[in-house]
Amino acid sequence: MAERIQKSKTTHEKSETPDTAADAVTETGEKIKADIDDLLDEIDDVLETNAEDFVKSYVQKGGQ
Amino acid sequence: MALPKVLGIETEYGIFVRGGDNNPVSASSLLINAYVAAQRQASRIGWDFEDEQPTTDARGFTMDESIAPEVETTLVNAVLTNGARYYVDHAHPEISTPEVTDAREAVVWDRAADEIVRDSMTYARDLLGDSSEIIIHKNNSDGKGNSYGCHENYLVARELPFGRLTSQITPHFVTRQIFAGAGKVGCELPGRPNDDIGYQISQRADFFEEEVGLETTLKRPIVNTRDEPHADPLKYRRLHVIVGDANMSEVATYLKVGTTAIVLSMIEDDELGDDWILGNPVPAIRQVSHDPSLNQTIMLRNGNRATALEVQWGLFERAQKYVQARGLAAVGADVGADVMEKWEHVLTGLEHDPDSVAHWVDWVAKRRIVEGYSDRYDLKPGAQRLKAIDLQYHDMRADKCLALRAGLDTLVTGAEARAAMTEPPETTRAYFRGRCLDKFPDDIVAANWDSLVFDIGRDPLRRVPMMEPLRGTADHVGTLIDTSATARELLDRLGQ
Repeated sequence: MAERIQKSKTTHEKSETPDTAADAVTETGEKIKADIDDLLDEIDDVLETNAEDFVKSYVQKGGQ
Repeated sequence: MALPKVLGIETEYGIFVRGGDNNPVSASSLLINAYVAAQRQASRIGWDFEDEQPTTDARGFTMDESIAPEVETTLVNAVLTNGARYYVDHAHPEISTPEVTDAREAVVWDRAADEIVRDSMTYARDLLGDSSEIIIHKNNSDGKGNSYGCHENYLVARELPFGRLTSQITPHFVTRQIFAGAGKVGCELPGRPNDDIGYQISQRADFFEEEVGLETTLKRPIVNTRDEPHADPLKYRRLHVIVGDANMSEVATYLKVGTTAIVLSMIEDDELGDDWILGNPVPAIRQVSHDPSLNQTIMLRNGNRATALEVQWGLFERAQKYVQARGLAAVGADVGADVMEKWEHVLTGLEHDPDSVAHWVDWVAKRRIVEGYSDRYDLKPGAQRLKAIDLQYHDMRADKCLALRAGLDTLVTGAEARAAMTEPPETTRAYFRGRCLDKFPDDIVAANWDSLVFDIGRDPLRRVPMMEPLRGTADHVGTLIDTSATARELLDRLGQ
């Protein structure tokens, strides 16, 4: 990896408080993990009937 | 000093008719007409494709010359009272938001566009009955090699050399997908099997084949050179950005346009420098998309290699210095400061544990669902049911949309988004367009980004040019519109 990049990242981390930021994002991560289990529990009800057929027939004309 | 970054978002939505004639052009027309009829708008107000000579020059609006309008294959073309354009583009319904001045306003009117589409589906259902249904997705690919866009537009100074703009903005366009990508199951690179890649960051990256060019539907370029400023062409350029994904996450939209506006301001003020210019952007944009681990490096022009995250940290740190030296007036000071905070937060999260920003980043939120479901049912990468989850993440039907159930943070209340379906932003010429359409619908025969054409029953039609995107705001013309009883009175007072 380029030396200059290493340097610029070190500068960045010095000027911030990475531990606090990392702790905060981990907490949010835990909550999201619990939420995703709830979603997976209900997903078969929410998924389109014949979802696989729907995907197969889903063809779009190209746009911009 | 960088120009104020007036901006807007254009979204081409995917459209599918179940149980009926799956003709996307007629379905798109029906969808839009259903909405417009329900709004009881004067449907005769069309988009103005004629390049008529102006006969009046509004106070404060400079007028140098009329710009030839963009000519597209369009059937239905409505201008809404919120200042947006709702029309059929190619074979998709498309909404172009009104012009706004910062990232938060962009999210408000992008959300309003989504609500307009949702209401349109409901109105269309009433017309179609039970036999068939029009289903809309806010995505950018059908998973079979066909793509459609979510474009952004930013006002930049004409004097900025386009070559420098191109090379300096490209690193951001290639790497911002790590927080703005919408995620995709499978691969759509020509010549490569679809299941070659189980999951990638971006919907769009597979479709980019050039670094810079005019095309938008074939051989798509990372930097698009379409030069239609829809404003004074001597002063302005409209940077037409075609490289992005449509986002379901409001924070992703906010970061996508907020960071891009900041980077463009830096380029305009020549404060970005060339350190992060890429060696080979086209392979790089795909490589970044195909690497959800975020570990791979791409080549820089100076011979160094860097990960997408390192490029983003590099741009962010430049932005920090820029903010200290010059401030963020060009992107809205308060919103700009908030974008900087969230930019740092999202990069920190992606660096430590991408799942920690699943409430902001679409590709991470979608990946959690895809992987969770795959683990639970022991599915192979690229399985049809996983593709179904991918598609349904973007489903605009509220009872089917997985993004609405993914725990994404919101920035805008439902009430705010619904108000923006009919109310224009107060900060740009969209205010004049929207308010006039609302108050004098019978007197306006055509509208365009840079003009309104009135028919007040005398003389020729009267065109009001709006060549300055920041004139015609609520501050500028609000009282005038409020206190003009008729369009004729408004025009007379504008002409004084």
